Amino acid sequence: MTSADLPLSAPVAPSSHGHPDRWKWYDYFTFNVDHKVIGIQYLVSAFIFYLVGGFMAVLMRTELATPDSDFINPNLYNAFLTNHGTIMIFLWIIPAAIGGFGNYLIPLMIGARDMAFPKLNALAFWLIPPAGALLVASFFFGGAQAGWTSYPPLSEITANTAQTLWILVILLLGTSSILGSVNFLVTIWKMRVPSLGWGQLPLFCWAMVATAALALFSTPVLAAGMILLLFDINFGTSFYKPEGGGDVVVYQHLFWFYSHPAVYLMILPIFGIMSEIIPVHARKPIFGYKAIAYSSMTICLVGLFVWVHHMFTSGTAPWMRIFFTISTLIVAVPTGIKIFSWVATLWGGKIRFTTAMLFAVGLLSMFVFGGLSGVTLGASAFDMHVHDTYYVVGHFHYVLFGGSVFGVYAAVYHWFPKITGRLLNERLGQVHFVLTFIGTILTFTPMHQLGMQGMPRRVAMYDPQFTGLNQLVTLGAYILAVSVIPFYINIIWSWIKGPVAGPNPWNALTLEWTTASPPIIENWEVLPVVTRPPYDYGQAPAEPAANQESLLSNPH
Amino acid sequence: MQQIPAPLWTLVIGIGVTLISLWLGQNNHWLPEQASEQAPLVDELFNVMVTIGTALFIVVQGAIIYSLIRFRRRQGDHSDGLPIEGNLPLEAFWTAIPAIIVVGLSLYSVVVFQEMGGFSPGGHHHGGTMVAQAPQSSVVDVPTNLLAQANDAQANDIYSQMQVYGFGATPEEEGKAPDLTVNVTGMQYAWIFRYPDTGIVDGELHLPVGRDVQLLIQAQDVIHSFWVPQFRLKQDALPGQPAELRFVASREGTYPVVCAELCGAYHGGMRTQVIVHSQADYETWVNSRLAQAPGEAEGQTLALGHGPKDPLDRIADQIAIAPQQMVRLTNQLKPHADGLPQKG
Repeated sequence: MTSADLPLSAPVAPSSHGHPDRWKWYDYFTFNVDHKVIGIQYLVSAFIFYLVGGFMAVLMRTELATPDSDFINPNLYNAFLTNHGTIMIFLWIIPAAIGGFGNYLIPLMIGARDMAFPKLNALAFWLIPPAGALLVASFFFGGAQAGWTSYPPLSEITANTAQTLWILVILLLGTSSILGSVNFLVTIWKMRVPSLGWGQLPLFCWAMVATAALALFSTPVLAAGMILLLFDINFGTSFYKPEGGGDVVVYQHLFWFYSHPAVYLMILPIFGIMSEIIPVHARKPIFGYKAIAYSSMTICLVGLFVWVHHMFTSGTAPWMRIFFTISTLIVAVPTGIKIFSWVATLWGGKIRFTTAMLFAVGLLSMFVFGGLSGVTLGASAFDMHVHDTYYVVGHFHYVLFGGSVFGVYAAVYHWFPKITGRLLNERLGQVHFVLTFIGTILTFTPMHQLGMQGMPRRVAMYDPQFTGLNQLVTLGAYILAVSVIPFYINIIWSWIKGPVAGPNPWNALTLEWTTASPPIIENWEVLPVVTRPPYDYGQAPAEPAANQESLLSNPH
Repeated sequence: MQQIPAPLWTLVIGIGVTLISLWLGQNNHWLPEQASEQAPLVDELFNVMVTIGTALFIVVQGAIIYSLIRFRRRQGDHSDGLPIEGNLPLEAFWTAIPAIIVVGLSLYSVVVFQEMGGFSPGGHHHGGTMVAQAPQSSVVDVPTNLLAQANDAQANDIYSQMQVYGFGATPEEEGKAPDLTVNVTGMQYAWIFRYPDTGIVDGELHLPVGRDVQLLIQAQDVIHSFWVPQFRLKQDALPGQPAELRFVASREGTYPVVCAELCGAYHGGMRTQVIVHSQADYETWVNSRLAQAPGEAEGQTLALGHGPKDPLDRIADQIAIAPQQMVRLTNQLKPHADGLPQKG
């Protein structure tokens, strides 16, 4: 199937292209194969689940405002901590960053009319609502309570029905992720407009190549591990039951072989987003295009060989502790290259403090801290002390909230005008940023101290000596909860009433800005011709005259 | 990157950053007190990482903040920034420096790991005899004192036939038998400590200071994790897989024993304490325990294990395991001598 023969999905009088001129509101609730509709479906679903997962976090932090387990039932607490993690990873960051922006932007950035496999694309999205429904349904059976890691034997003896539903959720979402990844790879490989070479490919697309490859390698392994767990719970097998000759540590290998790469699934697209947003708002070419592109691929490759650092205190042989310490720390090198390149992109720019840029720079700042604490965790001798403590919780929220969530916010502020044709309110955006920035630091910094001092993670009750810092964390969490209010108001209000954006409000150079906002159904009347590198800022005046010259003098 | 700051400024900033980093590396006080001989090794590694991390943090954040202020768009300026697309020497520099740092840190971490005994769990080069009943598949040999106590050879098979995880003898103690072995069993939501030399069973861990102690760690039901923050040591207790933690407690005192792996609803309440005694106090404790009749000792022990400050007390009414039940559980454990469940 090619992108040209888009099948009909709504019974409206067809135009010459075989589809209506524009989608009606109800088209967004159907099995629509337009990549832009699917991208919006992913984004809106993700932002709904974000509220659900955030609500669970607020309840947990309220419980932890006092040392005693006195607010919610501890079983329910464990159900919240399990599903908070599951939702935020599988139903928020991954669908928003990969499914949402990946689907919306990739065809627009490479000059394609749609994804390579539009029906597969729609199928990948439509696995998400049933998965979400099953997750909600699991709460009628107590909710899965064994943590998002769901280590057996605990996961095999706790809330079996809910745990089974949870496994089905993961399998559905994993399938969705595999289908989406195939689509991204084929689309970027085969459907670029002829004038777009690999050296002019926007860095977000490079990041998505790395992301999709990583998902294809790792997700099937998770599925295998989950299916064995499902059999152990429901069909009497003993893959992970020591009394039946099974091995509890095997599960951890299968789980982390996916779930460590999963953190790169959640951050690589965000790195791509950063590389798009920073040059536009700093008005400078990205510094070190090739280094950034290749570092994504390096993270993808090395990221497949670091998973045992989650298991340093588990059943882990000494040689593994050595090998995985070294491989883990090596990831810091390509990540550092990206950070330094972005800082160098800022250097000498004409920085516009749009809300998108505020979040991008906020991310940069957060990630420096999160990356450094990650290096300390990778060193196995120190990890022995802080593994499974709040130090780890603080670290991964710094990189996943301060990193991925900031990145999703930045992307929304940057591409909302393209997606909706309307501008967001910058003042509300600034309020949102300030609250988020303060809330993040207040919530996740004291966690490191708590962990080092002796507070384990995943507890509903703790020693009274930790009360003060925990209350600070809870205060921060409340600020973060409040911070989403101006954001959601801004989104809804601006989508309806915001000022019209025009095709290119940021004066950006990548291809998605060469079409109308929102783009027409097959993206362009006439496919664009690439005449300049994607980040050619600060060069001779744009558009007409410089075309020939910049084509010839492509520095990459 | 044409505008390289004046050398003097670079020097001043460099010295300042270095001094701050070195100071914070030595004076951060973020870790709790050190109560094992392994703890200073870990802390030294941590402090080195804090020093390097602080320097990088200040430099990178400084560059970000400086750029944001210095290169902000001025009002009315609609031009673009400088068309700089890269700088190969600079990129090589910021690839090489982190690479050197992380390789150095990895090697240092490995050295610390070795000094802590991380390379010899299960006592590969232990002074004990090879296990008679399973010589053909023995990956480890079993400490002599454990063998002497064993009244169920099968139970010890688990330590002779399987890979043992955790920390073994440090290079200095290599080849020596530990001074004391304690069998540790994790169960929802308690730790049980058995002393095979004396037959004592307790809900708290009592240790003599300055002696080479070996904990043989097992789990009864789900995965738990034995952690004493002041020892900087942690090892998961895995059902069906033996683990070892060998260390020297270096300071008298009472420290928390924390379960660090999610083990159920009351995971947060799975706490007890380790009491590090002077040698004389330790002997007094052993004798006082031995003086009690064996039957009553266990019940009393487990009741004692929940002292007035025990966090479990606050939720005792909610927890299914009352002290009496714990005695029953403990008795169930008995057939697996020394708390090592048999491998099925």
